[in-house]
Amino acid sequence: MTASPVLPLKRSCPYAPPAEHLRLQQQEPVARVTLPDGSTAWALSRLEDIRTMLTDPRFSSDRQRDGYPLQPPGRPRAADERPVLIGLDPPEHGEARRAVVGEFTIKRMNAMRPRIQEIVDDCLDAVLAGPRPTDLVPTLALPVPSLVICELLGVPYTDHDFFQSRSANLLHRSTPAQERFAAAQEIREYMATLIAEKAKTPGDDLLSRQLGKGADHRDLAGLGFLLLLAGHETTGNMISLGTMTLLERPEALAALKRDPAVTPQIVEELLRYFTIAEYVTSRIAVEDVEIGGVLIRAGEGVITLANAANRDPAAFTDGDTFDIDRGARHHIAFGFGAHQCLGQNLARVELQIVFDTLFARIPDLRLAVPADELSFKDDSTVYGLHSLPVTW
Amino acid sequence: MRITADLERCVGAGQCVLTEPAVFDQNDDDGTVIVRRATADDDETIRRVREAVHLCPSQALTLTEPGPPR
Ligand code: SF4
Repeated sequence: MTASPVLPLKRSCPYAPPAEHLRLQQQEPVARVTLPDGSTAWALSRLEDIRTMLTDPRFSSDRQRDGYPLQPPGRPRAADERPVLIGLDPPEHGEARRAVVGEFTIKRMNAMRPRIQEIVDDCLDAVLAGPRPTDLVPTLALPVPSLVICELLGVPYTDHDFFQSRSANLLHRSTPAQERFAAAQEIREYMATLIAEKAKTPGDDLLSRQLGKGADHRDLAGLGFLLLLAGHETTGNMISLGTMTLLERPEALAALKRDPAVTPQIVEELLRYFTIAEYVTSRIAVEDVEIGGVLIRAGEGVITLANAANRDPAAFTDGDTFDIDRGARHHIAFGFGAHQCLGQNLARVELQIVFDTLFARIPDLRLAVPADELSFKDDSTVYGLHSLPVTW
Repeated sequence: MRITADLERCVGAGQCVLTEPAVFDQNDDDGTVIVRRATADDDETIRRVREAVHLCPSQALTLTEPGPPR
């Protein structure tokens, strides 16, 4: 018998999940794994098993339960820290989600298109006016989603450097507990002040509207924190990874340039192919449940290897191939179940606009370094690129 | 085929609207699904509604054969 693997593992190829995850999927789809703190958990790697688990109320999202897997070591908690959205179970979760989900409907996201287009154009104006080569991470990939989420929430963009550094600290697995705590505390305090100001002078933004509906200030600060964090890194990483991928695949890029109608398909395939936030969908069993023929007992943690699942041969033919024609919408890069990413449709719109505009305005864009010299975020909760040097 | 939605389960992810906007819409306030047409008759619509049922993360949608006449 092979020893149980220790998770999390790093990707060995930037375009593929860790080989061990794929081995587990074939040989041990419900596997016993060891975590860095020495505890054990289950790892699921088949798409159907994960969908089943994520829609079963006997698995909890409450990160404060003992045994919730992959919590940062020695996680210190603020005295007044209360769970928000991703950490809530029914019925609290449904209520909290319903209070805010109207801000993220398809209609609303489409209504934001002109403004997102303006933001992307402004960033590209600056890129085109600046030096060559340039790094697209700080000039396009990060500022676009940051500007959009700041505007949506009503956070002054002048404060975004502050958030960017703090959220990078929070997401990096090797950040010492004390520093992580300090970063979280700083964002929390900033949010509390901002919300107090908005309570006095409301603006036309999400936080003000939530206040108008009578939201509790502390809960709202938590929600603002979560949305800001979620909106800063994830989409940015998909922008840089997606740009790199398209530059390396002339056929896909040609298809995108020929017909903007295929862009949504390309975006969907990129989301599946990279699955940048796979561990976020971990859960803890609150009752004994059988999944894939294995009994998971109450109190045991479950980790979802969503990246492997998004290549599951049972769900995706030839899943290791990047194929813009496959129709990948049933991927679980945004999770599944009641907690499925609230901002997914905002992310889709941002990615579509960025790729369409970038390659229309800089048609001869190319990498400024050989692809194998790019440096990937192997040690972050959210996978991505540290920098993306390009020229034209 | 009859299309129904369980509003208690719906989490407003909008996957249904992205899949078949002719059948599904979202409530402006709480994002929950609005079923604009209660039935799907042509094959293409049925295919898309089936896809929406499969994609819906909270399993709020169902597509059923109409019951026997009473
Ligand atoms: S896909 Fe499901 S959860 Fe999302 S809006 Fe439609 S019915 Fe509701």
